[in-house]
Amino acid sequence: MNTQLNTMPESPLDSQAIAPAAMSATRPLYWAIRREFWENRSIYIAPLAVAGVILLGFSLSTIAGIWEKALRLDPTNREAIASPYDMAAGLLMATLILVSVFYCLDALYGERRDRSILFWKSLPVSDLTTVLAKASIPLLVLPLLTFVITVATQLIMLLVSTAVLAASGQHASTLWTQLSFLQMSLLLLYHLLTSHALWPAPVYCWLLLVSGWARRAPLLWAAIPVLAIGGVEKIVFHTSYVAGTIGSHFIGAAPAAVTAETDMIPTGPMTHITPDIFLGSPGLWIGLAVAAIFLAAAVRLRRYQGPI
Amino acid sequence: MTVIEARGLRKAFGTTIALDGVNLHVEEGRILGLIGPNGAGKSTALNAILGLTQYQGELKVLGRDPWTERDRLMRDVCFIADVAVLPRWIRVSQALDYVAGVHPRFNRAKAEGFLAKTTIPRASKVRELSKGMVTQLHLALVMAIDAKLLVLDEPTLGLDILYRKQFYDSLLNDYYDRTRTIVVTTHQVEDVQHVLTDLMFINRGRIVLDCSMEEFESRYLEVMVHPERVAAARALKPIHERQGLGRSILLFDLMLGHVDRQQLATLGEVRTPGIADLFVAVMGNEAPATQGATR
Repeated sequence: MNTQLNTMPESPLDSQAIAPAAMSATRPLYWAIRREFWENRSIYIAPLAVAGVILLGFSLSTIAGIWEKALRLDPTNREAIASPYDMAAGLLMATLILVSVFYCLDALYGERRDRSILFWKSLPVSDLTTVLAKASIPLLVLPLLTFVITVATQLIMLLVSTAVLAASGQHASTLWTQLSFLQMSLLLLYHLLTSHALWPAPVYCWLLLVSGWARRAPLLWAAIPVLAIGGVEKIVFHTSYVAGTIGSHFIGAAPAAVTAETDMIPTGPMTHITPDIFLGSPGLWIGLAVAAIFLAAAVRLRRYQGPI
Repeated sequence: MTVIEARGLRKAFGTTIALDGVNLHVEEGRILGLIGPNGAGKSTALNAILGLTQYQGELKVLGRDPWTERDRLMRDVCFIADVAVLPRWIRVSQALDYVAGVHPRFNRAKAEGFLAKTTIPRASKVRELSKGMVTQLHLALVMAIDAKLLVLDEPTLGLDILYRKQFYDSLLNDYYDRTRTIVVTTHQVEDVQHVLTDLMFINRGRIVLDCSMEEFESRYLEVMVHPERVAAARALKPIHERQGLGRSILLFDLMLGHVDRQQLATLGEVRTPGIADLFVAVMGNEAPATQGATR
């Protein structure tokens, strides 16, 4: 290479050397998460569809209450008032679990099956960034999205009820004080972050790991070891400790997150949150450590895995 | 500047040896064609260069170890693995957004310019595009990246001749600027004969031919021998003989020293052979020896 050539490309090279530095480390992560929304539109379509169905059903039954005495709203009866709201939250949480499970099982499997992993790997995005982006969907994005959609749904329900009460000449203010919307929302956020993100983290990370490893039928491969260990334990020791532990992590019942006295609804007003007990429970930290190991294994695995 | 430097590259899948001590040296500004039969180790070699597979031996791409520094390396290296790797669900506009988002050297305006020359609708998904369009899209994305090394693994597989011609034309006219390096593998060798600067044959994990195209043209000659001179021509130890248009076509390797250009001119019509014919000659001479060994 002669001197002229040597000096020529220096200036564009210099500006390019600055560009990657100026490009912050979070930028590839942001785009990696964004692309998950493009690929898996069920992340937001499923909860929105469920919310739509809930609103339709609730509105119909509430409006019908104007004419039908048995369905009429009674703002003084807290339990009757609150139960549709709890049911809405519960349905959206069940949707969250379903979407998360199917998302995780396909996350690192689909890109290998359609060979697009070769395209993703041709770009300067590390395996760590990719796997973290995928893990953040069930562990952060979906719980927060479920929170926003649930609160919006409940707010619309509340407005519908208020309108119907006003139309039928009753006092709507009782409804608002009975429901204590802000407290309900904060409890919901707490419940989603503890019981649907931190607590089931090892389950979701296990599903991600299997989806990065299995050559076919990731659901089967994810379930078989659990069933096998649970079965062996039941036959040999006549206990079901393993199955019970995994089950409790799976459905998001973090035992130490709250102490409920009368009702088991996590967003009910009688619920006392006990973050100190939750954060101090070994079950949580062992689970998170296991989740971290699964994720590290998934990152390592993605380096070796090609298309299938 | 050396772009790829490999010494004693080895890779085995179980008992199958995919790469058996490959040495590679690719300088900046070259267009190298890596030609070999199926299962010769082409893709394994490229995967090692791209950091997609582990290997034994020494390998540096742009001074980096591809296996441990893949994501960093991909800022300077682009590849098209074969026509079908763009995810089928992605929209053309999303593909542009994503590459612009993660690649510091992607010039979006340039990619838009390339796409404007095609009939690809911006809002359509990859699954709705024809095979040729998918390749055009992928090439537009890759050519808009200011990379030092472009690796193409069977980039025109399954495309008709118009798309193939267009592919290499845009590569040469709109992308290649003599400082960039391109490594390409293909079975459609006649497409790349006038594109390459260097040629490499690989068979059973070994490099069996490594020369520049200038060397190729001065070293190998093909003679359409006059029927009455065939016996004389055969005595000069051609490396291959085939029949075409009722004539015997003999391929000579001048490096072997049995013959020179003037001598060949007396035998018949002399010309530069096609890469495909040399490939058949070299591989044909390779195969019986190894088959004999296994018998």
